[in-house]
Amino acid sequence: MMNANDNLIRLSNGQVLSRETIDGDIATINFGPTHPATHGIFQNILTVDGEKILNSVQTVGYIHRAFEKLAERRPYNQITPITDRLNYCSSPINNLGWHMTVEKLLQVKVPKRVDYMRVIIMELARIADHLICDSIIGVDTGALTSFFYPFSEREKIYELYEEMCGARLTTNMGRIGGFDKDFNPVFHAKLKEFIRTFPAAFEEWNGMLERNRIFMDRTKGAGPISAERALAYGFTGPNLRAAGVDYDVRVMHPYSSYEDFDFIIPVGVNGDTYDRFMVRQEEIRQSLRIIEQAYNNLPEGPFHAEVPEFFLPDKKDVYNNMEALIYHFKIIMGESEVPVGEVYHSVEGGNGELGYYLISDGGRSPYRLQFRRPCFIYYQAYPEMITGSNISDAVITLSSINVIAGELDA
Amino acid sequence: MQKMTNSALAEALNSLLGERIVASEELYDALVVEVSSADAFSVIETLKSDPQLSFNFLTLIGGVHYPENAGRELCVVYHLHSWKHAIRLRVKAYLPAEKPSIQSVTSLFETANWMERETFDFFGIKFENHPNLTRILNMDDMDYHPMLKEHPLEDGTREDKDDRFFGR
Repeated sequence: MMNANDNLIRLSNGQVLSRETIDGDIATINFGPTHPATHGIFQNILTVDGEKILNSVQTVGYIHRAFEKLAERRPYNQITPITDRLNYCSSPINNLGWHMTVEKLLQVKVPKRVDYMRVIIMELARIADHLICDSIIGVDTGALTSFFYPFSEREKIYELYEEMCGARLTTNMGRIGGFDKDFNPVFHAKLKEFIRTFPAAFEEWNGMLERNRIFMDRTKGAGPISAERALAYGFTGPNLRAAGVDYDVRVMHPYSSYEDFDFIIPVGVNGDTYDRFMVRQEEIRQSLRIIEQAYNNLPEGPFHAEVPEFFLPDKKDVYNNMEALIYHFKIIMGESEVPVGEVYHSVEGGNGELGYYLISDGGRSPYRLQFRRPCFIYYQAYPEMITGSNISDAVITLSSINVIAGELDA
Repeated sequence: MQKMTNSALAEALNSLLGERIVASEELYDALVVEVSSADAFSVIETLKSDPQLSFNFLTLIGGVHYPENAGRELCVVYHLHSWKHAIRLRVKAYLPAEKPSIQSVTSLFETANWMERETFDFFGIKFENHPNLTRILNMDDMDYHPMLKEHPLEDGTREDKDDRFFGR
């Protein structure tokens, strides 16, 4: 910021304002990179006129870890842990989306049971993701209790992850072709318990915020974006739906048998923080509906496809069976045959369309792997969403668009 | 919503663009067309504004580096999506390594802004008329573009992970 002449003020984005339009003094402040209200490493250099934001310049890339480059030296099964670290609030969606991409390249058809198991896991992950996001909007509006309530529910989802893969946050769940094991009795019991108890617990928490006068006054009209602008900025997922566009990958390009389930796509009207909150809350209810349908109609059958080149054989077979030993060796050494080709596959992640563009030249690793990271794409609209608002609105806008640093910076 | 098939899309593209499509193939579930780099902007503009096809959404822009492809070392891939027909299309344009420059599509899709900055950052592809073509994820004083194949990820002396040792 500098003074071009006495009456004009030039902002760091080149915009020129007349001094008469400024109420107080202009100041430049750092919002982030490390600040309790940013929930991750994001820097926004705000130019403010008193409380009012005139301009914002973003810096991204603080935790860039070169995932796309790393993927070019790793066998396909070793790329799954990389995907964990994109949107770490819903890692299983990233893992399973990657497995589906590879299956598309290999032209593997997975059994119906795998589809349904995946749907259950992915919808649990979506619930966990949305619980975090919506409870953090509560924190940023000053309602700390509403942050603690859903954590007991999220804990139950993490325990379900643990039964499937032993991990909680960076799950590395499943295998190319399906899962490494079937749902175990503990998983069945815990999932039944979750389906039974979650609605009441959810509505109890929801009741703290949804019609709370203070919460509504704080969030209505904060950080709005129109459907037209959201589309121009490449919004997908709940943030786009909050602006009133009903695009959902699960419906437009159904994968993993999503066409079998009955669910609605909630949409908002104003695209503001309250609408984003409401869309996510309704999606949680719909996700639970999908889980119920998938679990009640869970088909019998194998929990993985017959892809011996990618799916690790049973340990006892490795010791007693020649083929199993060979496949075990090939998978562990990353020497499975991969066809030449390129595919794009996308899934509906917690934040929007999570895509994988995979080019294979037949080598042990992808020739090129690009992630479509929804956070990265819609975060560029953030300055436009907060210009003219107060700093406190910028905080809740940031939490309500659910920017996850891992996904933003790859 | 009626889903369009790839062959119907290929026909529609042929009548709309004709000679401007350099090559076209169906890879797995998607149609991929190649256009010349000078023509890429106007092709995407046509695809977006055509009322019949209406590719209204830019999903992704990415770069690919093929160092052995003399004169066509770099490739820009545009992932377009028509919500009207629920169909995706990939448009590719190849660029020579000496002059990797292509018209920016930021004026058509604002979302291209950061996607093109990322592609510039990692591949060094210059997008003409871009409002702010600077590095985005890497630090500003980095002097190379890390996704190019000449920058190996690991120690170049390491031989245990080489395809040659496994008959490829």
